[in-house]
Amino acid sequence: MKDKLHQLKLKYQGKKMAPAFGAFHTFLYTPNETTHSGAHVRGADDLKRTMNTVIMALVPCLLFGMFNAGYQHYSAINGFPESFSLMDDFLTWKNFLVGITTILPLVIVSYGIGLGIEFLFAVIKGHEVEEGYLVTGMLVPLIVPVDTPLWMLAIAVAFGVVIGKEVFGGTGMNILNPALTIRAFLFFAYPTWMSGDKVWVHGAVERAGTPDAISGETILGSLAQGSDYSYSLSDMFYGFIPGSVGETSTFLILLGALFLMFSKIASWRIIISGVIGSLAMGLIFNGIVDAGWLPEYSKFYTLMSFPYWQHLLVGGLAFGIVFMATDPVTGSQTNRGKWIYGFLIGFLSVMIRVFNPGYPEGVFLAILLMNVFAPTIDHYVVRGNIKKRLRRLKTATIYPKASDEVDSLKTETA
Amino acid sequence: MSKDIRIRKGLNINLVGAAEQTTSKAVTSNVYALNLDDFHGITPKMLVKQGEEVKAGEPLFYNKNKEEMHFVSPVSGELVEIVRGARRRILSLKILADKTQNYVINKVPELDAADGQVIKDFLLQCGGWPFIKQRPYDVIADPDMTPKAIFVSAYTTAPLAADADYILKDKEKELQTAVTALSKLTPGKIHVSIGKSSRSAFANVNGIELHRISGPHPAGLVGTQINKIDPVNKGEVVWTISPQDMVLLGELFLTGKFNAERTVALAGSVVKAPKYYTTKIGAEISTFLYASGVTEERYRLINGDVLTGAKTNTEGYLGFYNNTVTAIPEGDDYELFGWTKPVFNKISTTRALTFSWMMPNKKYDLDTNTNGEHRAFVVTGQYEEVFPMDIYPLQLLKACMVKDLDEMEQLGLYEVAPEDFSLTEFVCISKQPHQQIIREGLDLLQKELG
Repeated sequence: MKDKLHQLKLKYQGKKMAPAFGAFHTFLYTPNETTHSGAHVRGADDLKRTMNTVIMALVPCLLFGMFNAGYQHYSAINGFPESFSLMDDFLTWKNFLVGITTILPLVIVSYGIGLGIEFLFAVIKGHEVEEGYLVTGMLVPLIVPVDTPLWMLAIAVAFGVVIGKEVFGGTGMNILNPALTIRAFLFFAYPTWMSGDKVWVHGAVERAGTPDAISGETILGSLAQGSDYSYSLSDMFYGFIPGSVGETSTFLILLGALFLMFSKIASWRIIISGVIGSLAMGLIFNGIVDAGWLPEYSKFYTLMSFPYWQHLLVGGLAFGIVFMATDPVTGSQTNRGKWIYGFLIGFLSVMIRVFNPGYPEGVFLAILLMNVFAPTIDHYVVRGNIKKRLRRLKTATIYPKASDEVDSLKTETA
Repeated sequence: MSKDIRIRKGLNINLVGAAEQTTSKAVTSNVYALNLDDFHGITPKMLVKQGEEVKAGEPLFYNKNKEEMHFVSPVSGELVEIVRGARRRILSLKILADKTQNYVINKVPELDAADGQVIKDFLLQCGGWPFIKQRPYDVIADPDMTPKAIFVSAYTTAPLAADADYILKDKEKELQTAVTALSKLTPGKIHVSIGKSSRSAFANVNGIELHRISGPHPAGLVGTQINKIDPVNKGEVVWTISPQDMVLLGELFLTGKFNAERTVALAGSVVKAPKYYTTKIGAEISTFLYASGVTEERYRLINGDVLTGAKTNTEGYLGFYNNTVTAIPEGDDYELFGWTKPVFNKISTTRALTFSWMMPNKKYDLDTNTNGEHRAFVVTGQYEEVFPMDIYPLQLLKACMVKDLDEMEQLGLYEVAPEDFSLTEFVCISKQPHQQIIREGLDLLQKELG
């Protein structure tokens, strides 16, 4: 097998399809490439391993999302179980079947279209197929409502990969997070499919207007309308609530975050500062309400009085901070910059969440906005280093070159 | 009184096959060679024709841009071949050694009375000058400049490299002479760094500023030490010299003879009995490689250590500046699912199913496989973990790649040499050629501004 593939690789070398073949080949086998210049030995990690680690952290969220899709669907029809049991009510084949039939197609479309475009660009431009889309392709199905039509997703993915990434030169060159570009495209192109109380539960859209109509509003949606929600804190934490496919379980996201921080794949600075930022904004809002500056009839009242730390349990905030803000390509690249970048993401997310009249979620907008500002943050951080160097220059001991005197004489006489 | 420096960031690459601290005399080499690649940026002008006889220490060629700067023959014998490459560029010079060596005996200036210019002229004339390198640009020092300080690292942290304490044993006299001579060349200090608890020969040398340094690689690189002790600013010049080359200079001042002899560590997992050998600059590597024996048929032979050395082969010659020769297995083989399976036998700074963090003292047998393909820069924050200088490594690399001269200058390119980026190159997930990028950046900066 190894030798056969090696022969095939030699045969395809220099041909147009070589990158496509290479992508499959390197998936099976780490290439036989050896060092040519510089260090003769290299570390064990490559980009594939890095991306794969993120995917591993995402898999629990995906599996949970599948069960939750079924759980929310049946609960909307039959009512929530009175005494909830994890094994009997949640981890059932019935639930999983709903999940796998609705969510697996999302995953397939996301990877199919996205990787297809990546392969196409790799073949046209003659470079290797890069691994960037492996994570994006997994993120996309996790951040959309469960019933998102596949054609819609396909268009959005094509847009996101081409405009969000390939026009900039591919993996490592993009300015905006591709997964969020896809999410933003969906949000602005098809707003009715991305918000409201019908999209978060499987089957709600097609049943709308019929006697069997079901609905499920996200907690944030309920809060934005000033109405109450019926979910307990533990529901929120473990994720038995409606929402985008993979974002609901703060518990599993927390596990993923710990794994990514421990393996040093995601920046702990961004995650920690993101959490701090969102808590800070939440505290400010709570403070405003406590101080009595906001009348109770204000449309912001319920969201602003929502306990500050619970913001992390609902909506996509935790998911965004852990899996999207930490994208190294679009985030801040300096360690100090990461603190600022993460903090502002958390801060702005909660702010947009509260003030956005149309759609009570702001994580993806906050991250996209900070993606744009990340180079600016880095610029000022690096400036600090440059300034330090310039200050040092004032005390520099520069001795004149031995030939300087002669040269200056020459120029004078010339 | 010595000053302590502690380096926190970095990574020790523990490899199998460290040289045992015993020294044998290598078989005398028949042919010696000077590899012109060792002298970066020097355009040679020959002084000796092919077929002519030279003595040991007799100039072979000079620097076209600095005629006083001579490069001398390590041995006496016949210049048998001038190896030329494309456009007749000289690649190397081969000398067939005499059975009995004749040395040029130079007239040594009175050290105590001599001023800097006399010392300079002496070193330029009898071939000692090329051992002195300068920052910025990491090239042979420009004798027209006056350095603000001279830096010497006698602390070894590079993987499998020759241990400075060991090879400097009993060389106190030569070192002291060299220090006395070099101190005339700078109004500033001579900074020497030794290990925290080392019994280096430098401990009793007068006229130096002694620093005791500790921490992981690259604490032993002179660039790290410069950055911590007295960083290079724009317009400033510092010189560096390796302690082993100081021994050679010391002897030059004591006896007037250019004695190219040095102690070399032969190391690496492929070597059967890794140990030290005494031989001469330019000697055939095979004269001591086969004395220790090799365990494999195909391997990578490196003139230098595994991070910064130059690729060579069994017909190669010991480099001008090198005191380490390493042999490690070639890694041109495929590895099934190598990108995802747990890794126990390779070194990594992450913990993404790589387990070297659990075994910090384990010794590894690394090969030359890149463990992945070349990619654009993606991951951030990784270089900073192993890069102790007060410089933004990723930003500097990018500035070099886009040839932004202002940015290169501002971000501190003056302070670095390619070797300072060997560790970031090692850990790089995108497998970018850092040392090459920095080298090209330095060359460009020197061409435009130097």
